[in-house]
Amino acid sequence: MNRTLRRSALVVFVLFLALLGNLTRVQFFQARSLAENPANPRILKDAYDTPRGTIMVGRDPVAYSKDTGGVLRYQRYYPKGEEYAPITGYTSLVYGSTGIERYENSMLNGTDDTLLTQKLSDTVTGKKSAGANVLLTINAKAQDAAWNALKGRKGAAVAVDPKTGKILALVTSPSFDPNPLASHDDATIKKAWNSYDPSSGSGPMANRALGGGGPWPPGSTMKVIVSAAALENGYNPDTNIPAGSSYQPSDGGNEIHNDVPSICPQDQVTMLVALRDSCNTGFARLGVKLGADTVINKAEQFGLNKSMTIPMLGQDQGMPVAKSVTGDPKGDSQVAQSSIGQFNVAETPLQEAMIAGAVANDGTEMTPYLVQEIQGTDYSALRTAQEHKYGQPISADTASKLREMMNAVVSSGTGRNAQIDGIEVGGKTGTAEHGNGAPEHGWFMGYARDNGDPKVAVGVFLESAGESGSGDATQIGGDIMKAVLGK
Amino acid sequence: MTSPNLAYPTATPSGAAAGGRARTGRNTELLLLLFGFVITVVLSAASEGALIDTIRLDSLVLPFLVLLLGLLAHVLVRIFAPYADPVLLPLAMLINGIGVVVIHRVDVPSETDDSFSKFATIGPFDGLGVQQVLWSGVAVVCFCIVLAVVRDHRTLSRYAYTLGLVGIVLVAIPALLPGRFSEVNNAKVWITIPGVASVQPGEFAKLALFVFFAYYLVRKREVLSLASKRVLGIEFPRPRDLGPVLVVWVLSVLILVVEKDLGSSLLYLGTFVVMLYIATERRSWLIIGAILFGFGAVVAYSLGTWLGPFRNFHDRVNFWLDPMSDPLGNTYQLSRSLISLGVGGLLGTGPGAGDPTSVPLPRSDFIVATIGEELGMFGLTALLLVYLLIVLRGVKAGTMARDPFGKLLAAGLAFSVALQVFVIVGGVTDLIPLTGLTTPFLSYGGSSLVANWILIAMLIRISNDSRAPGQVTGGGRGNPPPQLQSVATEVIKL
Repeated sequence: MNRTLRRSALVVFVLFLALLGNLTRVQFFQARSLAENPANPRILKDAYDTPRGTIMVGRDPVAYSKDTGGVLRYQRYYPKGEEYAPITGYTSLVYGSTGIERYENSMLNGTDDTLLTQKLSDTVTGKKSAGANVLLTINAKAQDAAWNALKGRKGAAVAVDPKTGKILALVTSPSFDPNPLASHDDATIKKAWNSYDPSSGSGPMANRALGGGGPWPPGSTMKVIVSAAALENGYNPDTNIPAGSSYQPSDGGNEIHNDVPSICPQDQVTMLVALRDSCNTGFARLGVKLGADTVINKAEQFGLNKSMTIPMLGQDQGMPVAKSVTGDPKGDSQVAQSSIGQFNVAETPLQEAMIAGAVANDGTEMTPYLVQEIQGTDYSALRTAQEHKYGQPISADTASKLREMMNAVVSSGTGRNAQIDGIEVGGKTGTAEHGNGAPEHGWFMGYARDNGDPKVAVGVFLESAGESGSGDATQIGGDIMKAVLGK
Repeated sequence: MTSPNLAYPTATPSGAAAGGRARTGRNTELLLLLFGFVITVVLSAASEGALIDTIRLDSLVLPFLVLLLGLLAHVLVRIFAPYADPVLLPLAMLINGIGVVVIHRVDVPSETDDSFSKFATIGPFDGLGVQQVLWSGVAVVCFCIVLAVVRDHRTLSRYAYTLGLVGIVLVAIPALLPGRFSEVNNAKVWITIPGVASVQPGEFAKLALFVFFAYYLVRKREVLSLASKRVLGIEFPRPRDLGPVLVVWVLSVLILVVEKDLGSSLLYLGTFVVMLYIATERRSWLIIGAILFGFGAVVAYSLGTWLGPFRNFHDRVNFWLDPMSDPLGNTYQLSRSLISLGVGGLLGTGPGAGDPTSVPLPRSDFIVATIGEELGMFGLTALLLVYLLIVLRGVKAGTMARDPFGKLLAAGLAFSVALQVFVIVGGVTDLIPLTGLTTPFLSYGGSSLVANWILIAMLIRISNDSRAPGQVTGGGRGNPPPQLQSVATEVIKL
């Protein structure tokens, strides 16, 4: 038996060698990655040991940290929950973070270099370092108006200040409550997360305002871009363009009709009338006449086919926005469809607001931004946002002519729902087909000017809202603009 | 087949000196005990120094109490087993002392806690450290009783069947009791009298079962080593002789399913198969054991996707495969353990500088992670080498034993320590799926300490017998049981 006894010692050696080898793997080769794993409670404790900065709208917090006295000391609360969720995002123990919580993290958690001097003084005075506060550009009244108007529906709305690019309202519906995601209880977090249908990509966590789950075909709002291209190529609002009750492109494809027979049955209508009444045949022919390159070129000057982010103050990386696209139409039929916002054209509500804003602002398009100011714990400004000109897609002259046409849309055309007493309001409605027999998307892009001063531009999107979608979207756009104007 | 190293040294065992007084090694044992005490004191003082920036005499108290227990055991060994292996007791006592210090340390809040100010008020008798010393006291007393009562390990073989029955009953009780009397942390391995005490009968069952295994295998080794077929050059036993190994296999599967105790299941099956191999000298038993185990594991894993009783095992395998997949939920325990080990790295954070409460059960199941964080890979390696030494001294006691029952029992006991350390340390470090075994001598808890000290007492008893000078077996006390007296020390095989 001694021989096998000694051999069993060999088995023991093998077992211990395996243990030691594995220990080398864990404590030497993987030591660093394990220690730096975000689940490391030592890192978590540190991260939750100081309060994150508050995210503010005006003087009110929309995200703040509260001392729980627990092992993870500070918990995040979102007093306006769903209404601001597409902006604040969430920060979670399990699922990382999104929104401002993610893209201004270095400021909120106090690690940004900008905050170095304050941190030094905190060290000297023995104060526990807190993160910096983030002041948003959001106008609380406009945000409330947008949220109340969209609640219960599927869609999104964005309002911007045309002169500066400040985002005044940004709402997505349905939305999600970020509070349970910021809980310190694993089960609560996961239950909420799963109820938000994270895998579908178009659930409540999809930020539709920035194109999450989309972008979507813009329908007739595309006619604004086609009009801009025409106006810069010798056309005027009173130029007659060929229209008619139907249009069959030369290379076949679907015949194009108007929404109802009463729209532009004449052979010729003016550009203004074509836009005012949303004449499909007129704009399809116009697009074909101008050519795909001309229209796409104009669209790209407005921002389509370009990736975009909303700039932040704390880091180089901005908040990403889905790319709006023109598609690559070949042949008259596809160009015609594209000219009325079908085929492969797709936009985000933010892009629509930017286009309307450029028209309102004499052709100057501003880069939209969401963070106005980074503030120290004493609310003093540490860094303030700078306005950036995005581009000049159209001349002031073209913008003026385009406004004449878009004002007509609201005063006497399809966009009457957006009228505001005593205010110059212009815009364009859109109804976009997508898929066979699915209810249409409703769109509205518009602006309001007070005595020639551009005040607000909006982009409103109602997903699969059906025939009444564009009218409702126009109503919502008007409500938001009223809120911004204080009417 | 016979080979030279089978020739058993029946003449002078190594411990016996020619003429005059035999070398007992007792003074070596005393010296080693003191050396272990020094290590424990240094660890305790360093922990306290890191935690409260001063080192109080208080930090000596617990190590000193452990030393006293060691000295008590030492005196008893001098009286009842004077020729015993001098290394076993100090090594086990060293690990026991480290356990006490670490358990006490876990109860001291660390600097990062807000309860920092509580430091200075934590005395040596606060927390569970002193409780562990009490358990150690009970364990050492049991150690002494076993040494004093069992003067010859062969006596045990007389009660082999009784012990075997006791073992099975002990294993079965938690399974039969309703959950609230037997289930803690999702393992049904306890006997709990609510509000009074709880015992892990499996810790004792393993001792009883290994005695039975040793006895049974010594009697049946001839039959079990008969070969029938050669496959790939390895002789396999007759199918009808597969009975016992199948019984143990079924038993271990039942433990796995009913008690959700993968660790014990592995421990029984593994130890039995290795004892079977040692007894019969047939490699084929190892292969059969491995196949049965592998088959059981694969079947249990696949059944686990839809059959309730196997789900626990199925889940554990998945967590093992991807321990960082759900660090706040399902893989909370394992990921925390691995992160602690990673933070420790090669050298550790230093005693007292870690964050032991970040790991669940830092005093019992995950005490190895606690140590791995503060003492690093080098510290854990040293600890594992101490275990390895204990096992090898046990195996040595087996090779030197003069009777096959003693050989096999020593080997089984020693190997079970190795396997237990492998299963729990392997589990905590993600080498194998995590199971809930205790770490011998280290984990907080009375059952485990008492059982393992009895195990050491048995090894010391066997080693005393083999190292005692001259032909006097069993220290000259008592008569060897008749049925084993006649068994030849070594049987020459085919």
